[in-house]
Amino acid sequence: MSTVPVLVAAQIGAETPGVPGIAANFSQDNGWTYLVKAVLIIVFLLTSVLLAIWFERKVVGRMQVRPGPNWHGPFGLLQSLADAMKLLLKEDITVKAADKFVYLLAPMISVFCSLLVFAVIPFGPEVRIPWTDYVTPAQLTDFPVAVLYILACASLGVYGIVLGGWSSGSTYPLLGSVRSTAQVISYELAMGLSLVSVFIMAGSMSTSEIVDSQTALWWFLPLLPAFIIYVISMIGETNRLPFDLPEAEGELVSGYMTEYSSMKFAWFFLAEYINMLNVSAIATTLFMGGWRAPWPLSAINDGMFNEGWWPILWFLAKMWAFMFVFVWVRGTLLRMRYDQFMHLGWKILIPAALGWVVVLSVVQGVRQFGEVDTRTVLIAGAVAAVVVLAVVWFWPEKRPDPPGRPGGTAGPAAKEPFDAFAGGFPVPPLPGQSLPPSSRRRALVPDDARPPGASTPPGEHPENPHDKEVDRA
Amino acid sequence: MTASTGEAVLFWCLAPLMVVAALSLLFARKAVHAAIAVMFVMVSLAVLYIAQEAPFLGVVQVVVYTGAVMMLFLFVLMLVGVDSSDSLVETIRGQRWIGVLLGLGLGVVLVGVVTQATFPPATGLAAANAETNPVGLARILFGDYVFAMEVVGVLLITAAVSALVLTHRRRLTPKRGQREIADAKVAALPDGGRLTPLAAPGVYAQNNAMDTPALDPQGRPIEESVSRILRIRGQERTAESVLEPGREVLDEHERRRGVLVPRADDADEHRVVAAPQTPPQTSTEEG
Repeated sequence: MSTVPVLVAAQIGAETPGVPGIAANFSQDNGWTYLVKAVLIIVFLLTSVLLAIWFERKVVGRMQVRPGPNWHGPFGLLQSLADAMKLLLKEDITVKAADKFVYLLAPMISVFCSLLVFAVIPFGPEVRIPWTDYVTPAQLTDFPVAVLYILACASLGVYGIVLGGWSSGSTYPLLGSVRSTAQVISYELAMGLSLVSVFIMAGSMSTSEIVDSQTALWWFLPLLPAFIIYVISMIGETNRLPFDLPEAEGELVSGYMTEYSSMKFAWFFLAEYINMLNVSAIATTLFMGGWRAPWPLSAINDGMFNEGWWPILWFLAKMWAFMFVFVWVRGTLLRMRYDQFMHLGWKILIPAALGWVVVLSVVQGVRQFGEVDTRTVLIAGAVAAVVVLAVVWFWPEKRPDPPGRPGGTAGPAAKEPFDAFAGGFPVPPLPGQSLPPSSRRRALVPDDARPPGASTPPGEHPENPHDKEVDRA
Repeated sequence: MTASTGEAVLFWCLAPLMVVAALSLLFARKAVHAAIAVMFVMVSLAVLYIAQEAPFLGVVQVVVYTGAVMMLFLFVLMLVGVDSSDSLVETIRGQRWIGVLLGLGLGVVLVGVVTQATFPPATGLAAANAETNPVGLARILFGDYVFAMEVVGVLLITAAVSALVLTHRRRLTPKRGQREIADAKVAALPDGGRLTPLAAPGVYAQNNAMDTPALDPQGRPIEESVSRILRIRGQERTAESVLEPGREVLDEHERRRGVLVPRADDADEHRVVAAPQTPPQTSTEEG
């Protein structure tokens, strides 16, 4: 029996061979390094969530001209800790109509999947552990398809929301989870397409390679359309305002987590905030140069600030800048209506992202295979952009439809009497025609159906013809 | 070819669980449970792919099948209704037998192709993944098999576009958007229409029910605030039955409304004169 721990220890102690296709060098790492890094990441995420809740409440408070939490601890810093304690100690309610197993499983899926993403996020380049010669990348792991792995984790995490809403056995959570499914399917497409343009430029899907490819220029500048699409869809992906339709308070109480309480609710809450940190870190890594120092700093002293432990500071600063954008957007924008939201996703973001990927592929193909230098490509691109802008600018505006045109509410069909069997088939009325009253409909409520005290006759509201009929099916 | 110890342990842990989950697809009572089981099988399969050094295939398996296809299944399950059962009526006569025949034909073709196929000698994982796994896959897919890829792409696009065309419905009436509804409301104002939504039913200290009308700012009951059905059935209660009969109605605001008394310094401003108003009907008169 003692062989198993020995075997596991041997596996953990084994050094990992170098993997082709990634920039970070993990050849010195063994199982213990991974274990320490994993624990550090979890501790980092949990404390960041506590900080993020405080940060959000404080910043939104300032934006709304009120102080925000300021009672517990210095600057109210311990407020979220107190809230977490309260959630831990609250009564854990399991709804009677719930599907118990799935009800318990759903928040677990959410939290578990949100914790996975940071495994491939590079916090910095290789760092030397103080007082030793041990050098290791400030990143848990990396592999040639790391960004796809992030997408996979995100798409699995949504199962938590969907199953949680379904298993609650209640209407509002079910509606929330249906909305969430539709939202994820439509916004993940745009998100994936915007990431594809980074893959095309960087020539890799490994996070450390992508950071490495941004030495000269951060991708958010040349890939500005993709960056904008990513920022919009990342807010949609994390169910934050103005896209928080799965948990819209005004419509669905709190959507998929309406029936959750105590620690199960806290897990959903935790997953939401970790997901915000995740997408901020992804945006930083893929578009904002990852751990690289911003321009004037990166030039100081031959790139001193791009080595050692400094980059972790730049990474965190950029990540929290994205967190600020989240809070800023929340404090500024109203929740969208559902059809507008779907319209934005399917008719604007996805076509724009598709078109951008096609344009970028053509440009990159011409650059790679066509023996054309970058300057020519840039000039051609600028000319094309000016032409497109001019066309859009001078495109005749769509005139509003004149009233009373054919096909309107009072179309030509309105004059003809309604023939329910035109052409021998039962047909619905055309626009402007109306159905004759059904003979199966009881015209009025009989007098015995009303309470004895009521003396008003039913025909008291002659101004509203619909009032006269009540469907008693 | 031998697997490493870790890989063997992983396989023998995952494989039985996967078989159990796959069987539960057949035996699960609820459709969502079956969907969860399929999700588990897919993710475990992805783990096995990755263990066999096919990381791209493994991750794409999760992104495409678990993340998109299975999610669509769940979406349809929830839209259709979780408890609805399948209709077993044949809509096309003999379709079962045609289906069986076609299935058998496909099986025969597949068996024939697989048994006839000869594979070139294996190059080994190290050579296949020399330039990382995704690059190797891309060279095969978009180099050797580019025609097959394009054909599949065209087929899928055709399917998607034809589904759109078949389900497309021509719009018979102009679209009624937010702006049109707002315009119609304003246009209906002279005929007694209203701009605002209907008031909610009355909420008083002693009574909070659907059948009592709300009071407007002057203290008069708003008839429309009670559900239309209750009004037709005559099941609404009057405000007087809930409130004290001799309550005051603030009608002085009503009389003064619309007449702005100009101050001395803005005498040049145009004066707002209200149209003569009908005297408000107070509840004391009614009772």
